[in-house]
Amino acid sequence: MKHTISVLVENKAGVLARIAGLFSARGFNIDSLAVGETQDPSISRMTIVVKGDNAVVEQVCKQLNKLIDVIKVQDFMGKDFVGRELILVKVSVDGKTRHEVLQIVEIFRAKIIDIKTKSMTIEVTGNDLKVNAIFDMLRPFGIKELSRTGRIAIARG
Amino acid sequence: MKGAEILLDCFKKEKVEIIFGYPGGAVLDIFDLLYKSDIKYILTRHEQGAAHAADGYARATGKTGVCIATSGPGATNLVTGIATAYMDSVPMVAITGQVPTRMIGNDAFQEADITGITRPITKHNYLVKDVDELPHILKEAFYIANSGRPGPVLVDIPKDIQNAVTRKKYPDRVDIRSYKPTYEGHLRQIKKSAELIAKAKKPLIYAGGGVIISGGSREMTKLARKMKIPVTTTLLGLGSFPGTDPLSLGMLGMHGTKYANLAIQSADLLIAIGARFDDRVTGKISEFAPHAKIIHIDIDPTSIRKNVNVDVPVVGDVKKVLVELNKCVKAGKTESWVKKIAEWKKKYPLKYAKKGMLKPQFVVEKIWELTKGDAIIVTEVGQNQMWAAQFYNYINPRTYISSGGLGTMGYGLPAAMGAQVGCPDKLVFDIAGDGSIQMNIQELTTCVLNKLPINIIILNNGCLGMVRQWQELFYGGRYSSTVLNTKGPHGKKGITYCKDGKCHSYLPDFIKAAEAFGADGIRVTKESEVIPALKKAIKSKNTSVLEFIVKPEENVFPMVAAGASLSEMIESMA
Repeated sequence: MKHTISVLVENKAGVLARIAGLFSARGFNIDSLAVGETQDPSISRMTIVVKGDNAVVEQVCKQLNKLIDVIKVQDFMGKDFVGRELILVKVSVDGKTRHEVLQIVEIFRAKIIDIKTKSMTIEVTGNDLKVNAIFDMLRPFGIKELSRTGRIAIARG
Repeated sequence: MKGAEILLDCFKKEKVEIIFGYPGGAVLDIFDLLYKSDIKYILTRHEQGAAHAADGYARATGKTGVCIATSGPGATNLVTGIATAYMDSVPMVAITGQVPTRMIGNDAFQEADITGITRPITKHNYLVKDVDELPHILKEAFYIANSGRPGPVLVDIPKDIQNAVTRKKYPDRVDIRSYKPTYEGHLRQIKKSAELIAKAKKPLIYAGGGVIISGGSREMTKLARKMKIPVTTTLLGLGSFPGTDPLSLGMLGMHGTKYANLAIQSADLLIAIGARFDDRVTGKISEFAPHAKIIHIDIDPTSIRKNVNVDVPVVGDVKKVLVELNKCVKAGKTESWVKKIAEWKKKYPLKYAKKGMLKPQFVVEKIWELTKGDAIIVTEVGQNQMWAAQFYNYINPRTYISSGGLGTMGYGLPAAMGAQVGCPDKLVFDIAGDGSIQMNIQELTTCVLNKLPINIIILNNGCLGMVRQWQELFYGGRYSSTVLNTKGPHGKKGITYCKDGKCHSYLPDFIKAAEAFGADGIRVTKESEVIPALKKAIKSKNTSVLEFIVKPEENVFPMVAAGASLSEMIESMA
């Protein structure tokens, strides 16, 4: 099962290594990990997406909680939350395909952030479904480069 | 104050009685101040010895053990000692020197990323990058090490930080927002536990090291005796309940008593207290305590439901929870269960054959006869550790000290040293094998120079007994790399001992080694010599090395093979 885990941590050196260590020690591959400051600059939020057996992930969450620098751990599995990701994708274009790509960008309410004669860079924000859908549409034109933030999430209400 | 002065100030304010350490380039400033201060410190002969000594001191006293080493190899030599303390929840603060901050990451001389290396084996660790942070880091380190579920904390202090000046003072109090251990058990859970106990007909307490750490032995003994509940303990739980009590079943698990394992497999209620359902205890987990509901009392939420599903979890300090539980608990009808257990104890006692060469179990029994529980028994790891657990009755907490979780050979001698420093009036034994004693034998010098009258009992069977036992049972008797003595006599090198037409050779000569280190050495080969030798060693004010030439083929029984059910006990070499 895919788990989205939100972890509030002290904004200090070494914390990321401690958290990553708990996953790597169990041979878990982290699908994505996003870190940023919260409204309190001394606290960071990490959003970790990981595949794993529910019982094992529960144990990992307990272990995360046990780390001295971890303030709060929340597994969004089965809970009501909003998840978003931002991707930057550089697509090959020429005079013939440029218009078609522009149309896709418009349909998905994405943004063009850079344009050159042979390429176009597009910014897309959304949940997994949307991000994957636009990516599938753009793929036939030729993807030159892709950069993703990984999912960030927050509980509803 | 300078960083190094802050550190010494911290030692004073934390009432550190003793520091075990080894100097080096990156801790020169600290050792220079120690030279001038009245804080007691002991120079070990290896940093690993310093870490184990701090650990032994902590286990014997309950206070935080402190060790110091220099950067690089000094720090990495602490690693085994830190991991040992981590696995057994021992409060320890390890201070390491580090290369100056501007050189960190540049592969400087004697540089090692020790906070990176020790991250998974410490409760927490710190690399100090600013001297202003040093006072509260040290305060936090001592607080974290000996609160909640205790553990080792490492503080890595670069050389320039030791010399940098700060105006910050050592704080009186510390508050860590992300670290709030749960001490009080949930009352509803405690009531539920009491209800299960009242209903149980075959209850059993399974006590671990947590009982001793929390100081909950008295409360647990009260619970067991008042409610007529038999008690079995883990290796590290030995001493949490008097081994001589009729309700005591001794140790359970891989080398537990047959009656303890039978009790586990028949119980209808298991009360796990400060224990973690380790694989050496449970055997095949799916067949462990098949008829029992389980109450699990532990301060560490990660211990609960880690290996087994429990019916009533109680997160909290064992002692505090037991105080509450004792207030509301009512006894169930356990008479016939207690009777059954008494029968098992009579029917399946721990035993060994007394014929032929001197038996290691005999030696341990004699130590019991002479001390009756009034001693601290420290062990190495392997067969010696198991016989010390089986053939000695532990009456009081903190009298059996052993590396349980990590199983560190070489732990015993330095840990015994730490225990003796912490409890100068106690009689301290290190029960060792000829394999493990050689792993930290250099600490004999430290013992002798510091006038520590430890009695080192080497049960010399000429091999790595526990591994040899596995090879005999499960590897067709192919003794790969487990025979330490050489075949046949070899002239003036080592010693030769012959019995019933069979000769065994031994190297090194432990008596000569003991004497070279300045300790007393006594070799014993016969049963009749055991008591006189032990008496002589106990009387001696010097460190004593007693070498007992014991039967090489002796095995530890009963035994549950790794991964087998507790119901499948091997009781002898059939």
